[in-house]
Amino acid sequence: MKLFFWQPWLIPILPLAGALINGLFGKRFTKSVIAAVALCFTGASFLVACAHAYTLVHSGADALEISYGTWIRAGAFSADFGIYLDHLSLVMMLVVTGVGFLIHVYSVAYMEHEGGYYRFFSYLNFFMFFMLTLVLANNYLLMFVGWEGVGLASYLLIGFFFLKDSAANAGKKAFITNRVGDFGFLIALFLLIQHFGTVRYAAVLDIVSHLSVEATAGVLTAIGLLMLVGACGKSAQIPLYVWLPDAMEGPTPVSALIHAATMVTAGVYMVCRSNAIFSRAPIALLAVAIIGTLTSFFAATIGITQTDIKRVLAYSTVSQLGYMFMAAGVAAYSAAVFHLMTHAFFKALLFLGAGSVIHGIGGEQDMRKMGGLRKYMPWTFWTMLIATLAISGIPPFAGFFSKDEILWQAFSSPHGSKIFWVMGVITAFMTSFYMFRLIFLTFTGEYRGAKPDAHAAHDDHGHDHGTPHESPWLILAPLVLLGVLSVIGGWVGIGNRFEQFLDPVIQKVSVEQSSAQNGEAAATTGSEGAGENKGLENLLMGISVLVAFSGLGLAWFLYVKRPELPARIADASGGLYRLVLNKYWIDELYSAAIIGPLLWLSRVVLWQSIDQKLIDGTVNESAVAARDVSQIIRQQQSGLVRSYAGWIAAGAAAVVAYMVWMGTR
Amino acid sequence: MIPVSWYLLLSAFLFACGVTGFLIKRNIITLFMSIELMLNGVNLSFIAFATRLGTLDGHIFVFFVMVVAAAEAAVGLAIIISVYRTRETLNVDRVNLLKL
Repeated sequence: MKLFFWQPWLIPILPLAGALINGLFGKRFTKSVIAAVALCFTGASFLVACAHAYTLVHSGADALEISYGTWIRAGAFSADFGIYLDHLSLVMMLVVTGVGFLIHVYSVAYMEHEGGYYRFFSYLNFFMFFMLTLVLANNYLLMFVGWEGVGLASYLLIGFFFLKDSAANAGKKAFITNRVGDFGFLIALFLLIQHFGTVRYAAVLDIVSHLSVEATAGVLTAIGLLMLVGACGKSAQIPLYVWLPDAMEGPTPVSALIHAATMVTAGVYMVCRSNAIFSRAPIALLAVAIIGTLTSFFAATIGITQTDIKRVLAYSTVSQLGYMFMAAGVAAYSAAVFHLMTHAFFKALLFLGAGSVIHGIGGEQDMRKMGGLRKYMPWTFWTMLIATLAISGIPPFAGFFSKDEILWQAFSSPHGSKIFWVMGVITAFMTSFYMFRLIFLTFTGEYRGAKPDAHAAHDDHGHDHGTPHESPWLILAPLVLLGVLSVIGGWVGIGNRFEQFLDPVIQKVSVEQSSAQNGEAAATTGSEGAGENKGLENLLMGISVLVAFSGLGLAWFLYVKRPELPARIADASGGLYRLVLNKYWIDELYSAAIIGPLLWLSRVVLWQSIDQKLIDGTVNESAVAARDVSQIIRQQQSGLVRSYAGWIAAGAAAVVAYMVWMGTR
Repeated sequence: MIPVSWYLLLSAFLFACGVTGFLIKRNIITLFMSIELMLNGVNLSFIAFATRLGTLDGHIFVFFVMVVAAAEAAVGLAIIISVYRTRETLNVDRVNLLKL
């Protein structure tokens, strides 16, 4: 235990070291050295994380908390640099380091032809550091540091191609939208400090669980709702989801790592981490569930109409995050974390696959210009197919288990409702539909890209940009590994094993409440209800599988069997189609309702009136006045000695006259 | 005994002559002489009061003024010679720059 590499602080610090080495000296390194540094440090971090996960699970302890000294002390309040390792942060930590490492490997090949190679890896490691800080912190304040840090890393990486206007703007949009959410999180933090005097998870949990429900319901609800605002910003939920689709301007590995697998799930992590608070604030919990359900539904409808391959995946991510919020909102935190994990596998795979496709056909992202790529890039096709099956919820792939768990909890949890379930099932149908639409448009049929197939066959060099080609093995290896994880990742949830694994983290607060509410029901369904429940669960499972297959079927019918139909349907639905295609004009609405007035206020009132007229006016006018007065006075400094002498004489005469007058009075 | 006011009137007259000369003349040497005139006008009133009050303070002051005036004359004349050498003029209105 005392060995140096056993220190848990190494887990976040190693990527930071990598970021510093590459960031400070990377300019002089060759590409292979840069890649080696980045991979070694993240890989080592993953290994240390694995070792700690192993020890923790086998020690049987619920949590491991280590403090490395005080960071802030003010009166009775103090915050530590500390690490809190329990089963929840353990899952997050393994996902972040594991998927992160695979994406690093992928990036080595993917970013090879881009400028700023060292900058990219430095940012990527930098992101890993802050994400691990967020996940491993032992108090909310340190979590907030990680929270802001990943926001910064996200901004830097979205705007990685900063010479492109759209990328720079997308970076700014993400950063500013996140500010809104961070504001909520910050106020929640202040409330925590004010009412509980501490931000340590363990202490907050202890205080909260000894409070009577009536005494603090208002405070806890306020804290919960404000945390939800923060989570909405970071995890791209309604109404702050607008930044995530634009964030696709960043390089594809970034989309996979930050905007699919890890950073955007920080909000879910926070809600699950604060489950003690949320479970005691039913209104906040309901708000989480409603926002999650609405987000998953609306994002899925938008996903159906998008034609940019990465944007489809972006909306799909928003939608899946909505699922996680729905699960958290019905107090099924372990289901949320389970889906978070499986989603990290298959969504990262989908993004990396999309990146491989984009790489293979020379930078094209429009699915209408793809098609028939299956025979050019079989590995990419098969791995992406696995991920698509997983996200659609088709057994036995990972997504099936987690999604089914969420839907079941939405239906059956004491906080759940049939409405959530219905919306969830419809969303599952749409998810399956738009994902297979993506697959069919991209991989089946004829290649609709710039260069016809026949032409390519005559060309001998297969790596010509117009000709689709399979990606190198460095890109394919992560795809395959993630593909394996997308298949088996869900099996840990069989027989509620995952739920039991997270049990120590999820406080059983609602037990007494719910038993008070439906004590009767619980008592009666206790014995014979179990079998009935099992039957119901199986029925619902059957429905969700059916729905997934029907989405597949519809996509196949529309995009393979009758490819001319989608355009006609789009024409027939007219306004509705345009509404969805334009993403409900939410961006336009925001820009008219918020950004426009804000810009007007800034430009007309703050800039032109206050800054230019008031502040500049005051400064400039006083300067002009000083100049005018000086202009008069400086006439006197003529350099004529006799004129000076005359003034002295006149002054002396005046003084004498005054004294004489005073004396004779 | 001549009343002290006569001495003071003479002193004021000498001082006024010095001021007037300083203001209207352009030749540096004349200005210099005007300054000496002013100093001596002041000296005269010192002496007059000292004699009238029967103390030595005024006499001592006058000696000091004379010593300083002599030193000043030495420095001033040196400057005047230096100015004349470089500018070839003694007109103060044409000596209004410290540096050529």
